Amino acid sequence: MSEKIRVLLAKPGLDGHDRGIKVIAAAFRDAGMEVIYTGLRQTPPMIVEAAIQEDVDAIGVSILSGAHMTLFPAILDEMKARGADDILLFGGGIIPDDDKEELEKMGVAKVFTPGATTEDSIRFLREAVTARKTRSD
Amino acid sequence: MYDKKFIEKLTAKLSEWDKVAAHSRQKKSRPRFFTVSSVDIDELYTPDKVTGGDNGDYYFANLGLPGEYPYTRGVHHTMYRTRLWTMRQFAGMGTPQQTNQRFKYILASGGTGLSTAFDLPTLMGYDSDHVRSLGEVGKCGVAVDSLADMEILFDGIDLGKVSTSMTINSPASIALAFYLCVAEKQGVPFDKVRGTLQNDILKEYIAQKEFIYPPRPSIRLITDMMEYCTRNVPQWNTISISGYHIREAGATAVQELAFTLADGFQYVESAIEAGQNVDEFAPRLSYFFNAHSDFFEEIAKYRAARRIVAKRMKNKYGAKDPRSWLCRFHTQTAGCSLTAQQPENNIIRVALQALSGVLGGTQSLHTNSMDETLALPSEKAVKIALRTQQIIAHESGVPNTIDPLGGSWFVEALTDKMEAEAEAYFEEIERRGGVLACVEEGFFQREIARSAYRFQMEIEERERTIVGVNDYVEEDEKIDIPVLRIDPQVEKDQSAFVKKVRAERDPEAVKAALAKLRAVAAGKGNTFEAILDCARVYGTLGEMCDVLREEWGEYVEPPSAMVAS
Repeated sequence: MSEKIRVLLAKPGLDGHDRGIKVIAAAFRDAGMEVIYTGLRQTPPMIVEAAIQEDVDAIGVSILSGAHMTLFPAILDEMKARGADDILLFGGGIIPDDDKEELEKMGVAKVFTPGATTEDSIRFLREAVTARKTRSD
Repeated sequence: MYDKKFIEKLTAKLSEWDKVAAHSRQKKSRPRFFTVSSVDIDELYTPDKVTGGDNGDYYFANLGLPGEYPYTRGVHHTMYRTRLWTMRQFAGMGTPQQTNQRFKYILASGGTGLSTAFDLPTLMGYDSDHVRSLGEVGKCGVAVDSLADMEILFDGIDLGKVSTSMTINSPASIALAFYLCVAEKQGVPFDKVRGTLQNDILKEYIAQKEFIYPPRPSIRLITDMMEYCTRNVPQWNTISISGYHIREAGATAVQELAFTLADGFQYVESAIEAGQNVDEFAPRLSYFFNAHSDFFEEIAKYRAARRIVAKRMKNKYGAKDPRSWLCRFHTQTAGCSLTAQQPENNIIRVALQALSGVLGGTQSLHTNSMDETLALPSEKAVKIALRTQQIIAHESGVPNTIDPLGGSWFVEALTDKMEAEAEAYFEEIERRGGVLACVEEGFFQREIARSAYRFQMEIEERERTIVGVNDYVEEDEKIDIPVLRIDPQVEKDQSAFVKKVRAERDPEAVKAALAKLRAVAAGKGNTFEAILDCARVYGTLGEMCDVLREEWGEYVEPPSAMVAS
């Protein structure tokens, strides 16, 4: 792939646990991606607006507070409403298996849970973004 | 510690031994011998490795006796032979009614203190019916919007008998105000109320990130509350200066030690600047550390903490009361060390971590539940965690003697190294303009992020083994742990309840109390007294925080704090 992957990383909700997302941001940068990290306490409209402005290929969100079943759907709805549902949404956090399945059915491309490596997410993102680009070409 | 002749003999013996060992040394069972904090550990520790070498004064200057300066061996003369540590399990979820039930369960199972976890909206100063609370109510802890919720939370629990810890920071004064109002209603005088407020805002900017206002007015909230408690609630531990979250965010043991103590010294300096007498407030300061997986490194950390605090409080801040010199601390096992894979293994991790806390001389301990990386802990997991402490206390024999590892050349050498490295950080913080400047400039945040990234890379490159994660992996593992879920009804009930409280109180009294709080916040006076008056008339947490937000503004992290250095 010649073009660099552009990815927006965001922390929605009130949760302040940012260890994971900062590790991911550093790993994605080291893997040659363009990373925009929004910082904490972003509402779904703020995240989707930033993703459109920054013209990203993917949005990655991290939620460790248990509010994932509220926040992921709200982001998906906002993406649809703004016509931004061509952007890939993925995420990670403390998310039980049942919820993970439900979220992936709903349209979240992938949910990573504790123990996943940065390599897993880099590989996933490269493949998924390439697949989307080929499909839309 | 030893005479010259002994050291000479030892050096000669060591060089002979080294030649023989060289043969075995060519083969290594692993590429590096290093701690969880990535600190390399020597093959062998001998008496000459302990600072001071043959200096006979070393023992009294650096170790001394338990209960005596510099307290390296413990804060009490007889330690656990007189009183075991407090087994304090952190709990809180859903509605105040549900948490009240859990509290009663903990007390009935032999827990000796309560520890309250609040939900994120409470910690961020929003009522349950606020739009930003959506999906978060009752999830990470209990929702407390007003005095009415605190009344339910401690229903049937005598506040004159129990000691309660409340993990809350930005709105800490408000939580304490609600608690004191409950005591007032139970007829318990304020000087009989015992407990601890976390109230450590500096580590929020550094690690946990649940801040509301900018640092400087936040510090005022804390010093005002300290001043009030010194006069009226003398048994209350006003701040629990916390390294726990700094460590969870990815710091090394030395970073946890240095940044936490630097925060503590900042509170001391701020209170002195506000005109308070160090010996009046310092005895109520306590600390809170993490117990991570590297057994000896953790023990050395606790011992070094006691020594550093004693030396600074006495020599730098001129405290004369020995109680001001004490680093009393709570310990919690490391949530970040637990794995979602083969979660039962976490019971063993927690047991080892808890043992390091006890060998390190902790005053109280929380042991994590094995299922925490999956969801909120279930009752069974909470009970096993508590039983782990009871087994250490009653079966292991560890509490029989004080500081059993004192005099271990390894532990003493590591303790000295920790102290020296923490001192180097204090100098760097000073050079960068002090703790507040370092927070605002993102120094701590970048240092921690760098350590977190290094740790993750060590795992991914398999330089570091985590059982069940990057080695001894069970493919197609089925996790058989019941997951506790918070019913979405909690959010609806809690929102309805706060609306009802607002509708039923005296509106004029609330208006007047909030106006008073605004005037004090904008000008002079004690903010804690104004908050207590709002709490009494059922002003809500969100209303009080809104007033302060309007007067002081909201803090946004600088971009320099959002990257690894």
